[in-house]
Amino acid sequence: MKRATPIALITAGLLGSAPVLASEQELRQEIDNLKQQNQTIMERLNATSEMIESNRSAGGASPVNIGGYGELHYNNLSNNLAGGDDKEMLDFHRFVLFFGYEYTDDIRFFSELEVEHAYSGESKPGAVELEQAYVEFDLNNKTSAKGGLFLVPVGILNETHEPPTFYGVERNPVENKIVPTTWWTSGAELTGRFGQGFSYNLGLHEGLATSAADDFAVRDGRQKSAKATASDLATTARIKYTGMPGLELAATFQHQSDMTQDGTDNAGSANLIEAHAIYTKGAFGLRALYATWDLDGSGPAAIGADEQTGWFIEPSYKLTNKFGVFARHNVWDNQAGNSTDTEFTQTDVGFNYWPHEDVVIKMDYQTQDAPAGENEYDGFNVGIGYQF
Amino acid sequence: MKFTIQLVFIFCAGLLSLPASGEVHQKPEAFLQQVFENQIPDPEMLWITGELRDTAEQILQHKPTSLRTRYWQSDQRTAWILEEIGKEQPITVGIVISDDRIETVKVLIFRESRGWEVKYPFFTNQFKQAKLDSELELNTDIDGITGATLSVRALTKLSRLALYFHQHVTHKS
Repeated sequence: MKRATPIALITAGLLGSAPVLASEQELRQEIDNLKQQNQTIMERLNATSEMIESNRSAGGASPVNIGGYGELHYNNLSNNLAGGDDKEMLDFHRFVLFFGYEYTDDIRFFSELEVEHAYSGESKPGAVELEQAYVEFDLNNKTSAKGGLFLVPVGILNETHEPPTFYGVERNPVENKIVPTTWWTSGAELTGRFGQGFSYNLGLHEGLATSAADDFAVRDGRQKSAKATASDLATTARIKYTGMPGLELAATFQHQSDMTQDGTDNAGSANLIEAHAIYTKGAFGLRALYATWDLDGSGPAAIGADEQTGWFIEPSYKLTNKFGVFARHNVWDNQAGNSTDTEFTQTDVGFNYWPHEDVVIKMDYQTQDAPAGENEYDGFNVGIGYQF
Repeated sequence: MKFTIQLVFIFCAGLLSLPASGEVHQKPEAFLQQVFENQIPDPEMLWITGELRDTAEQILQHKPTSLRTRYWQSDQRTAWILEEIGKEQPITVGIVISDDRIETVKVLIFRESRGWEVKYPFFTNQFKQAKLDSELELNTDIDGITGATLSVRALTKLSRLALYFHQHVTHKS
């Protein structure tokens, strides 16, 4: 039942019971009392609002940050290799949770824990991986330092790989096989900014540990900070320019003094050079990346792994805010130093549909051209991804 | 041993820099003084309730976290100081609107560890003269910053929200 307000009662009194009420002076007194009450109510309402607002303002924001992303993939790929297995599978490829804690305005912790392929354990297809866990210190407005386990500052996807941020159901093969994304290490890194749009990273961290058994492929050398051999560390330096809307230009150089970590005398130091450009103007987008490794030693040279190179170019166009199409041409070769054909190429075309800015549905079609004797997959992929 | 020396060098290079301080680019009071040339009008309060709240939720893609917001008005010109979280921390932004078009967008306090480029004029100048279309979107493209998607998104949302609030307080009968 709706309650009559004091004002309504007064009004009713004025209209219907005027003869009963006392003098005009009493009425004025009553109105003054109501005004006073109204003022008190407003003061209390404002005080309540201010208290609520102060609790959620920057200074009172929760120091705990939680987030995550994930992606489910359906692959329907035919293998052109005689006797090779097709790939028709549903895979919850990644389930990732972020957890961060802000100790002070200048000191924070960040972590990323991932379950790959949904089910891990002995003889199971998946894995539980700690991909980031570091403490970062702001040294001043332009410089910060981190120590712990972090993603190497290289390539486009290695640091930013939430599914709604890139085209293609699967991450591009060039960054996968050459960079090699996702690539995390333990160590220390300094990050700084200068000018209007320049930034740099300088890190000292665990190196790769490849071997002849893995054809010195860089991806197989990731130690993932799991009892990683640290006899020969790696140094990474990146410079990046983002001083113009829609444009990113970046280049990374990395040096490793021993790619095998064990003093194998037929393999030695290695250098990585990676450069990429991203340009977005209105609905049009373009990404291009080039990466190359130079490995010393007779071991890698004997099988052509002394040079491992790849590149891709990816134009895209957003037909609406929620729907974009893309094409990508990828070329990579983990034994580019030999004279035989060991080069892979892959062309993808497809679309992303974002029903929400943090949710994406993807589909693409891929065609591969692989060296003789290697798996060569053609077909389509469908995926759904999210971040929060 | 040489790596230990390198490690020490990296940290010393940073520690030799200036002492740490917050990223307050301009205090809100200073922003208002600049906007209104030291004649700041009394603040007014807009309660975000009813349809206003529904539309704000549509723009922000989440429920508004404030019950109300202050604004400063002089004729058909309004100034707003709003906050939105980019990835983890709130970004405080000053927005001035004149005749239904954005006059100024300025990042006043930036607390995120990434996306720092949004504070520079080369980015915020894109918002100048933008207005709302019938879908409550900006009528101009805002080119983003790679790796700073969430900060870019936060500023874009706040600009749309300020334009919508401005329309509400200046067009009401």
